[in-house]
Amino acid sequence: MASNNNSSDRQRIAQQRLSRIAAHLHKHEDGNSGIIAKECKIDATGSTEENKGTVPRKRQEIMKWNGWGYSDSKFLFNKKGQAEFTGKRYRLSGMTLPSLQDWFENTFGASVKHKSPATPVLNASVVPPPRLNEAFVENLKATGIPFSNEAEDRVFRAHGHCLHEIFALREGKKFERVPDMVVWPNCHNDVVKIVELACKHNVCLIPYGGGTSVTSALECPPEETRCIVSLDTSQMNRILWLDENNLVAHVEAGIIGQDLERLLNESGYCTGHEPDSMEFSSLGGWVATRASGMKKNVYGNIEDLVIHIKAVTPRGVIEKSCQGPRTSTGPDIHHFILGSEGTLGVVTEVTMKIRPIPEYQKYGSVVFPKFEAGVACLREVAKQRCAPASIRLMDNKQFHFGHALKPQVSSIFTHFVEGLKKFYITKLKGFDPHQLVVATLLFEGDRERVLQHEKQVYDIAATFGGLAAGEDNGQRGYLLTFVIAYLRDLGMDYCVVAESFETSVPWDRVLDLCQNVKERIIRECKERGVQFQPLTSCRVTQTYDSGACIYFYFAFNYRGLADPVHTYEQVEHAAREEILANGGSLSHHHGVGKLRKEWMKDSISNVGVGMLKSVKEYVDPENIFGNRNLL
Amino acid sequence: HPHQATQMSNYCLNILVFVTLQQRDPMLKRDCFEDILEERRNSSDLKYALRCYAPVLYKGVTPCKANMLKNIVLQSDQLHYVINQVSQESGEAPDIIQEEASVILEEMAHRLQISTVRCFAFALSKAFKTLFQHVCVNEEGIQRLQQAIQEHPVVLLPSHRSYMDFLLMSYILYTYDLALPVIAAGMDFMGMKFVGEMLRMSGAFFIRRSFGGDKLYWAVFSEYVKTMLRNGFAPIEFFLEGTRSRTCKSLTPKLGLLNIVIEPFFKGEVFDVNLVPVSISYERILEESLYARELLGVPKPKESTSGLLKARRILSEDYGSIHVYFGQPVSVRSLAQGKVNRSTYNLFPRHIPRKPMEETQSFVNDTAYRIVRLQEDNMVLKPWVLMASLLLQNLEGLELSVLTEQTVWLRGLALSYAAFLDWPAPTAKVVSSSLALHRGLACVSGDRVSLVVGEPLGPVTPEEALFNRAVSVLSCASYRNQVLHVFLRPAMLAVAMLHLSDEVYNCFSFLWDMFSNDFILCPGDTVQDFEEACYLLVKTGAVQMPQQDIVMTDIGQPTLSFFNGLLEPFLQGYQVVCRYLCEEASEGLTEKQYIPAVRSFAVKLILAGNLRCYEVLSSDMQKNALAALLRMDAVRKVKNRMISHINQTPISPSLSLVAVAEDLYRDGLTPSYIR
Repeated sequence: MASNNNSSDRQRIAQQRLSRIAAHLHKHEDGNSGIIAKECKIDATGSTEENKGTVPRKRQEIMKWNGWGYSDSKFLFNKKGQAEFTGKRYRLSGMTLPSLQDWFENTFGASVKHKSPATPVLNASVVPPPRLNEAFVENLKATGIPFSNEAEDRVFRAHGHCLHEIFALREGKKFERVPDMVVWPNCHNDVVKIVELACKHNVCLIPYGGGTSVTSALECPPEETRCIVSLDTSQMNRILWLDENNLVAHVEAGIIGQDLERLLNESGYCTGHEPDSMEFSSLGGWVATRASGMKKNVYGNIEDLVIHIKAVTPRGVIEKSCQGPRTSTGPDIHHFILGSEGTLGVVTEVTMKIRPIPEYQKYGSVVFPKFEAGVACLREVAKQRCAPASIRLMDNKQFHFGHALKPQVSSIFTHFVEGLKKFYITKLKGFDPHQLVVATLLFEGDRERVLQHEKQVYDIAATFGGLAAGEDNGQRGYLLTFVIAYLRDLGMDYCVVAESFETSVPWDRVLDLCQNVKERIIRECKERGVQFQPLTSCRVTQTYDSGACIYFYFAFNYRGLADPVHTYEQVEHAAREEILANGGSLSHHHGVGKLRKEWMKDSISNVGVGMLKSVKEYVDPENIFGNRNLL
Repeated sequence: HPHQATQMSNYCLNILVFVTLQQRDPMLKRDCFEDILEERRNSSDLKYALRCYAPVLYKGVTPCKANMLKNIVLQSDQLHYVINQVSQESGEAPDIIQEEASVILEEMAHRLQISTVRCFAFALSKAFKTLFQHVCVNEEGIQRLQQAIQEHPVVLLPSHRSYMDFLLMSYILYTYDLALPVIAAGMDFMGMKFVGEMLRMSGAFFIRRSFGGDKLYWAVFSEYVKTMLRNGFAPIEFFLEGTRSRTCKSLTPKLGLLNIVIEPFFKGEVFDVNLVPVSISYERILEESLYARELLGVPKPKESTSGLLKARRILSEDYGSIHVYFGQPVSVRSLAQGKVNRSTYNLFPRHIPRKPMEETQSFVNDTAYRIVRLQEDNMVLKPWVLMASLLLQNLEGLELSVLTEQTVWLRGLALSYAAFLDWPAPTAKVVSSSLALHRGLACVSGDRVSLVVGEPLGPVTPEEALFNRAVSVLSCASYRNQVLHVFLRPAMLAVAMLHLSDEVYNCFSFLWDMFSNDFILCPGDTVQDFEEACYLLVKTGAVQMPQQDIVMTDIGQPTLSFFNGLLEPFLQGYQVVCRYLCEEASEGLTEKQYIPAVRSFAVKLILAGNLRCYEVLSSDMQKNALAALLRMDAVRKVKNRMISHINQTPISPSLSLVAVAEDLYRDGLTPSYIR
């Protein structure tokens, strides 16, 4: 049997490789030694036809202007009060979710009768008129790089997805400051030209990638008097070449996650970098914020994935001269760019590692009687360095949340099986439904090793009282991360505000930090007059040798509050203080932006801040990249 | 007295004083009491002892068996770390050290058993009903405590005046169906074989009095306490004052245990810790004359079961009533807000023991003082406390009518200074019932009330007579001491005003510094206390403050003179100590020799008719005076490596002693000046 399997596997792989090579040959007859090259298209006019990316220049054509994601996809409570998810894009699309309403009303003390609808369309009168730098505009026109100063384009790039930003959009509040124009460079050289012109005419540039920031990083500083130009990289979305010998791809930094994976998949590869926002976030954004993907255990975080970065700064282009896998050439200049949050320049091209698409993928899940047991298990898995591609531990609240998203079960049989499972876990195994937690797992690799690996992890889990709970539970856990932002929009339709935030912390402090932060949130909400106890939930989303990343959800019903956003911000501020006091970091992967600037000094010391400042001073003395993030 | 119109330093009164005073002392918001003995007198004690007891616990934790608790401690990272450390230092195998740790824990740990508690509940009901008229508890405080126990780990911090304290606490918590505390008790109880074990089974855990350098002991002890606290298995109870106060003044708080219970908060192991000050006031203290004798150098009897049985005699006496006031829970988190940066704990592994940082130390010290002051604030004062204060200023005795009249006056003064008085009946009645209750201390012959001096049988030497008189003065002083915290600050100001110098504040500050071992004066609060004193004296009309001056008013004379009399024994005591050290102290005087030496010096002075103050014979005052002089560098310890025992370190006066003595003796402060 085994040998049969092996030989058929080998056959399959050989076939895959063949078809892949054939595909390459077919597409690029001149392709040599597995390298697929594309020219940078300088001429801008032809770009729309060439552009295979998901994101059009007019983002609002396919995406919501005041909420998350695609315009056609949203949660709503239908006339029967049942929740459904519209559109066709997702696994949940077109399904009704019968338990969501109950969960929603019970968790938040909210009611589907109390709507708080959003302003349907952008009112142009709330947008300040553009302050254009005429000379800059003239020069820009001459380059042929497309730009716009229409209100809709400018507003779309004036925000990320912080609660206060989306809330303001929904309320139709007047904007204090938005970009004065938007430019769409098509390639590295376009960016060089734009940056040169900006320096020449003293124009403020704010790079814009996927727009998924949750740190106020895209907010225009209200005190900025110069013309602000939003530099939208979305049209720089090509894979320029792919090197199968060294397993690297050279990619334009504006490409968004889903396009990058799709295009690489066509060639049989992937990056394995899957942040929760990968549908919309861009490669350049990942670099600029030090992003982390859920499968980092196999593929690494963004800093492990990049081999070469090309970025345009007011001083000129910065890049390394070789693609050596590791160098000892003083402090790594990549690390000035990684996490620079758009304050030093624009990342234009990145060479990053790629891997063949894994042969086999398997989800899994383990139920633990208590959060403590789950954390102990994850710690042990990290200690033995046998973490699967992804391993996450959801607390009890999130477990119930996930369950509320179960679609209507069509067959009586599935219903029966579900009931049986529940009976087994809660009655026979004595797990308290209000205590139990679930770890979701994703294994990748060749089939045999996945199965072996799976057994190893389940064996460890068993020693902590964990019970395997099936693939379905696992997959649903990951689903939650992709639809959570859509769900926030639903909450906001019914007077519930919500946000997430994250940190990283040494293993021995994980439990205490989770508990203290939740308690702090509950207490702060109470003190600030939030009438119904907030939802505070967390999960351990990443494991490292010496610690873990923790992700919090926090939501509350704001009925009766005069200024819900302000209340929310105060509570989040307190929660961050609590995180820091409990040994947590300022951020694991969201970044600092403007939201968490105030803690930078305490986080990296005065000297540290001074170092960063002096780099900024050298690279960008005129503060052309003036989004004022980080420092 | 023109010199009483003195220039004030640059401190002027401001509204802030009033505000802080109101915050510290919410006089109007004190709770009412309920007598828990009343029900005991009307229903079966047996039923009460056997009733269903189901207290609510911290966040609904399941109670932890004593053995499980020990295992958690023995397996903790904290203890393992220290065991390995000790093993490396001593060369012993870790197993052996682990075994040692286990033995220490065995000796220390409580074995709380509900059956034992029920026995106590039964026996104490009987005893309390015989001994006391009432045991009053503020029920609102109990409700607050119940709430606090569910939300956060709770630390009960009762005042400590009597052996009764901790049995009484457990008794009350049992009565109200609250979680029974585990109590830190001194090892000396262990001497009483059977009783020691009984106490252990009612929740006491025993710690050695001193274990200075013993790392392992400290590790076991602190981990044991922290484990109980972190898991919220039971409220932890200990006495901040460290030992029973023999003088009924609050003692300077000890910080060791407080440090231990606060640390889990700083390390993020718990969200908050609630400190609950509890004030236990006895109308008459069981150990009354025992304490006086102890202070006079008759050693404390060793705790023994037979001793306890002998004490049965006390069962036939009336000890009045007890008031137990459970204060507002104090959140460590709120107190520490802005004072301690918890993230400084981030860079050091939490299981490795570490000396607290300076910031933390001063926070814990502040907190300790604050709690003791809260205890003081909620101490219920009986009329006798005021009467004792008056009698001590009139050792030759007072007309009953004068005593009554002055008691009325003093009551008014005390009330306006926010004292917590219990005045159950009209004053005349209250005075006579107090005299009856304390007939061992004061007697009425004809119309005259005076202190009773125990008359021993047979011929008496002058020393014996003096000793007997001192016993009654010190017993009486222990009642007066209970009111000192109310009057202390204005009294120090009153003394400072009699000073000839222009600088009232400087004099106040000198006294404040000098007396800060004797009284609870929060470190760094000199200015605030001065302002409070001014505020109070102005409020009662004793002084006026035109512009920058402090002037006594026409009606202020009785108040200021009473205050001077109140502090006189302390001033005199310190003066005698200074005189002794300046004039008599021999070369190489050790701390151990110091107390008997000062005592016999004072005895000589009294017998010669040069000193009328008996309180200087109190070892407590002598110790405090020496500590103050050492602190002020007026006396120094002579460093000598040959002498290892701390009590045998020779002490020698330094130059500044003369200056301190001069300050104490300056015109305004000499005893002859008063009256």
